[in-house]
Order: sequence, then structure tokens, then C-alpha cells
Amino acid sequence: MSKLNETIRNAAEAAASAATAVAEKAVDTAKDVYGNLGEKVDGVPTGDGRVAIPGMDQEGERLARDKVENDTLVRESARGGSAEGPDSSRAGRRTSYDVADFPKLTGKEEDFRFTPLKRLRGLHADALTGPAPAVTVDSDAVRVETVGPDDARIGSAGIPEDRVSANAWNSVTEATVLTVPQEAEIAAPVLVDIHGSDATPAAQHLVIDAQPFSKALVVLRHHGTAVLSQNVEFRVADSANLTVVTLQEWDDDAVHASSQQARLGRSASFKHVLVSLGGDLVRVTPSTRFDAPGGSVEMYGLTFVDAGQHLESRLFVDHSQPNCTSRVTYKSALQGENAHGVWIGDVLIRATAEGTDTYELNRNLILGDGPRMDSVPNLEIETGLIAGAGHASTTGQLDDEHLYYLMSRGIPEDEARRLVVRGFLFEIIQQIGVPDIEERLRGSVQDELAAANY
Amino acid sequence: MATLEIKDLHASVVLDDETTKQILKGVNLTISSGEVHAIMGPNGSGKSTLASTIAGHPKYVVDSGEVLLDGENVLEMSVDERARAGLFLAMQYPVEIPGVTTSNFLRTAKTAIDGEAPSLRTWTKDVKAAMEQLKISPDMIQRNVNEGFSGGEKKRHEILQLELLKPKVALLDETDSGLDVDALKVVSEGVNRALETNDMGVMLITHYTRILRYIKPQFVHVFHDGRVVDEGGPELADRLENEGYDRYLAAAK
Repeated sequence: MSKLNETIRNAAEAAASAATAVAEKAVDTAKDVYGNLGEKVDGVPTGDGRVAIPGMDQEGERLARDKVENDTLVRESARGGSAEGPDSSRAGRRTSYDVADFPKLTGKEEDFRFTPLKRLRGLHADALTGPAPAVTVDSDAVRVETVGPDDARIGSAGIPEDRVSANAWNSVTEATVLTVPQEAEIAAPVLVDIHGSDATPAAQHLVIDAQPFSKALVVLRHHGTAVLSQNVEFRVADSANLTVVTLQEWDDDAVHASSQQARLGRSASFKHVLVSLGGDLVRVTPSTRFDAPGGSVEMYGLTFVDAGQHLESRLFVDHSQPNCTSRVTYKSALQGENAHGVWIGDVLIRATAEGTDTYELNRNLILGDGPRMDSVPNLEIETGLIAGAGHASTTGQLDDEHLYYLMSRGIPEDEARRLVVRGFLFEIIQQIGVPDIEERLRGSVQDELAAANY
Repeated sequence: MATLEIKDLHASVVLDDETTKQILKGVNLTISSGEVHAIMGPNGSGKSTLASTIAGHPKYVVDSGEVLLDGENVLEMSVDERARAGLFLAMQYPVEIPGVTTSNFLRTAKTAIDGEAPSLRTWTKDVKAAMEQLKISPDMIQRNVNEGFSGGEKKRHEILQLELLKPKVALLDETDSGLDVDALKVVSEGVNRALETNDMGVMLITHYTRILRYIKPQFVHVFHDGRVVDEGGPELADRLENEGYDRYLAAAK
């Protein structure tokens, strides 16, 4: 709270003096949620002083802190007006349809510093020539077209924000466009099955065009195996209401980079629910932009990271229009050696976005020894005239007080743990709104938990 | 017929820096079925620590003394074993548990306490009836445990559990705090119903005498500086109502 006040005050001062951007970067890596008991649970220390993850301390993670300092220097020079670094404020991040505009990745870039490039299997470097996963749409209510790369709707909601995405943009020879017709309210969920069966690096492009006053729920289910860089655009027209559920249920060897970008018209509503469970490396970068006032976006995420997996969610909400709201709630559970989860939440409130109301929350549950979680909420505020802005990030083990409450009602400890962990994760699944999918995902999460003896 | 015996109980709180501070300094108390014992005392006298220590909160460690429920050593039991043995603590600040529905929680707790799942039909009916009597909104059952509940709803939810789980001995930790008079009456009626139907003993921890107008104690114990400093019948509560705790605070100096 004090951080937020400070941010707003800083922002107000900056706006008053020179109308320059104030960027506040908070690194809340691996903070202890409940940490002041100083107890051990199952022999694992849970107090303030504990180091749950190697390399982490209560101040955050060494690497992250070093990077942030460097990053701040870059931003200072960018604000000076001469050097324009892509790593300045999120507002200055490079975007381009041409892969040549993005330098070759070294792994030191702000947006790739947590991603193991080797495991991208060439998605960032090589030509993407493999067959894209098969797309099957099970709905008569939407219009489905396969179009060439010149179709006007391509690029209507998205523009690559990194080299991997641009590489795919330049490689695709066709795209699938789903149209939810104007004023159509589609009750049944639109299921889009995306099934991969080839490990040659491939590119894919999808556009979902929700026309004015339409209402629909679209499920993108990724499964099978693939090495895939994907661009997905969501055009949410004036007063349209679009819910997208993106499920990453890949086989263990899949590699998937997915740039998912939404553009919202006047008073449009967009809800994005991400569930990443399977795959060797899955990196989803959902972005939301507003074309007109009054839009609202909810973004939910659930990742379950097993031993050896790298599951990354990097989201961006660009508040450039007045009176829009955004709510972000991402949760993850991690278990096993070299399980690596990454959550980056960039929220930018531009000077033009008066009346913005935003809150983003990231909660991560570490089950046992071995995993690593990087959680970085970034809130940049360029106007003091906002309704609200906040963020919170916690990473820790199970909350002792939750366990105590349940156990004090006679529930044995192992069962209490199961209840709390399931509750923690199922809260996101509850957001999907498609009973049979919720049921299947609950089953998948149960299986993952059973493997961790929960 | 159940009896909770607390014998010369000394206990400490574990502070944030992992040092400990002694709070309970020799508590003696015996509570039997059908009896209501009011534990009254000024803030910071250790009343809530007594309840939490008996329930087994990990923040408190027992230094010496005994707590026996029907002769069984409660202090050797885990938190859940204590509950299954028949202890119940209505908490002063019940925590919110995201993602666990109240319905699922109540059924899981009942199954754990009884050792078998309750018959679905009677259970649903019992829960519904108990909720109505406590004037709890029917939609609460599908909400997550204590999540978004008002202070009054949380307290009613505690008493709902008391009525459904049917403990031998209930510890009510400042159940009256934060309740308006209507809510206080509703909650008190719930406790009185449980007293009549379950033949349980009650330790009623309170700072104020207000709740004692609705739940009648046979015994009143004045708590100060980690021990019982005075005992009597209901008339002692009346005296405290008029005089406050000054007499005990002064005597301690």
C-alpha cells in the first residue's frame, strides 16, 4: 500500500513538473506469504529467515535485483530523449511486424532473461517451416475462414512484441480467422482444438474477431506435441463481450511460445483465462490494449509446473484510454527439481488513461524443495488521476493458519493440505464457466498433485 | 458426561523472532458437560491464549501442566485429534480459505469428526435448518470458507459449525466481539441450543458482560496476568459489570 501511495505521489509530482513518465518497478520475488511464525512445517522452515528457493532471499532474487538496477539506468537515458532502448519503460518496448527489426536474442534482454533460449528449439532463430498444429473448430455459430497472410484482419489486434513472435509472423503462409457475427450471442462454448503431431519448428496464426455487441466464449485447447511459435489476435469490437480460455495441455516434449494480443473497442469486455499444465517450455505473452474508453479486461492464469518444466506467463495491460478497468489474477503451483515458473505482470497507465482502475495479483505455491519461481509485477503510472492501481505478489508454501483452521475442525493434516492446495488452484478453474472443461482440468490438477503426494 | 480438566497450565507464545514469552502462569479450571464457565478479564490477560493453547495453535507452546479431556491427555494430541476427541474452538478471527466452499468444508469436517460420511439427505436438511436458525443467507454454503463474510457472518459460521459438529466441550473466544445486539442474540440462541441438545461444556471467553445476559454462566472466573485470580457464581459478573477490572489490576500492582 505504501508502495502504491509512493508511486502515485511520484507520478503526480512528475506530471506536475515535466509531464515525464514515472516508472515504478517492483520486484516482489519470493516473498513469504505468512512468514512470521518461525515454525517448521514437515521439517521445512517457514519463518522470516527461511530460504525456500536456492538463490532467493527475502529481498528477492539476486539476478533480478541486478537486472533491475541496470534496467533503470537504461530507462534514465531513454527518458533523456537520445537513446531509445527497447528496455526502457514498457511503453518503449519495440514492436514490429518484421523479424529483422529485433536483434538476435542473447538471453540478457529484459523480456527473455528468464527464458532458457536453448530450449526454444530454434523458435527465435530459425525459419519456421514445420506443419502447424491442426486447427478444428467445433461450432456452427461462428464463421471460420482460412486466409492468406495479406488478409486485412491480420494485424488488426496484434503486433509482435518480441523476436519469437515476429519470426512466426513472417513465417506463416495462412491464418485461421474466427468471426463472432455482430450482435450474435453464442451460448455454447466455441471449442477450438489445436492438435500438434510434429516437432519441426512451426508457426501459426489465429484471429478471433468478436464483432460489435456479440458475446461468446472461445476455448483454445493446445495438445499433442509441437515446437510452435504462435500469434493469436483477439479483436473485441465496441460493446462486444469475449471470453477466451487458452489451455496448454501439451505432451511433455512440446515447446510453445504464444503471443496473445487483444484490442478492445468502446465498452468492450474481455476475459482471458490461461491454464498451462503440459509441455517442456511454454511461454505465453497475453497483452491487452484499449482503442476507446470504457473497456474492461479480466485476466486469469493457472500454471502447474512440474520437475524440469519451464512455464512462463508474461502479460501486459496497456491503459491508454480513459475509464478502463483491468483485473489480473494469476496463480501457480510448483513441484520438483528444476521446475521453473515465471510470471511477469506489466501494467502501464499512460497519461491519457485517466480514471483507470487496475489491480494485479500473483500468488505462487511452492510444494516441497526444488522449484524456482520468478514473479515480477511492474506497475507504471503516468497520471495521478486514476481510480485505483495496485499489485501484489506472494510466493510461499502452504499457509499455516489455513491448515490450523481446517485441522481444528477435525480434518487430518494431509487432507487439510489437499483441501487448501486444491482450493488455491481451483479458484482459477472456477472462472472458466464450461463445466466439462472445468471437470477435466480439475482431474488433471488432481493427477499432478497426486504425483507430489498431495 | 464429559470433563475438561486444566491443571496448573503454563504456556508461552512464540514471537516473530522465535523467542518465547510466557503468557499462562498456572491455570486451573475444570469444565463438565452442561456447565457454562465465563472467563472474563482485561485485554492482554491471556484469555485467548488459554483457548488457543487448548486447541493446539502452533504459535503457543506448553511449558508445564496438563489438559485432560475425560482423562485423556489433550496436549499430546495433534490439532485435528483434539477436535475429533470432542474439543471445539469458536475463533475470534476465523481465517478466509480461498477456493474451499463452505459446503465442502462442513461436510469434510463432519465426516472427520464422526469417522463416517453423514447421510446425504439428513445432512443437507440439518445444515439448511441450522443456517436458517442462525439467520445465515442460504448462498453462503456455496461461497468459499469465510471469504467475503462480514464480521457477524464469520461468527455465525463458527456457531453453525458448533451446532453441526456437536463437540463435548466448546471454547468460545470472544464470540461476542464485533456483534450488534441482534446478531448477538442469534449467536447466543445457537449456543444455548447446542447446550440443550448436545450436553456440552462451554468455556465462554469475553471481555464484557453483555453476552452473559443471553448465555447464562454457572461459574465466572476472572483472569488476570495469565491465571485465574477470582471465581464465583453469576453474581461475580454483575459485580464486574458495575466495578470493571480495576480492583484486580490494582491488586496486581
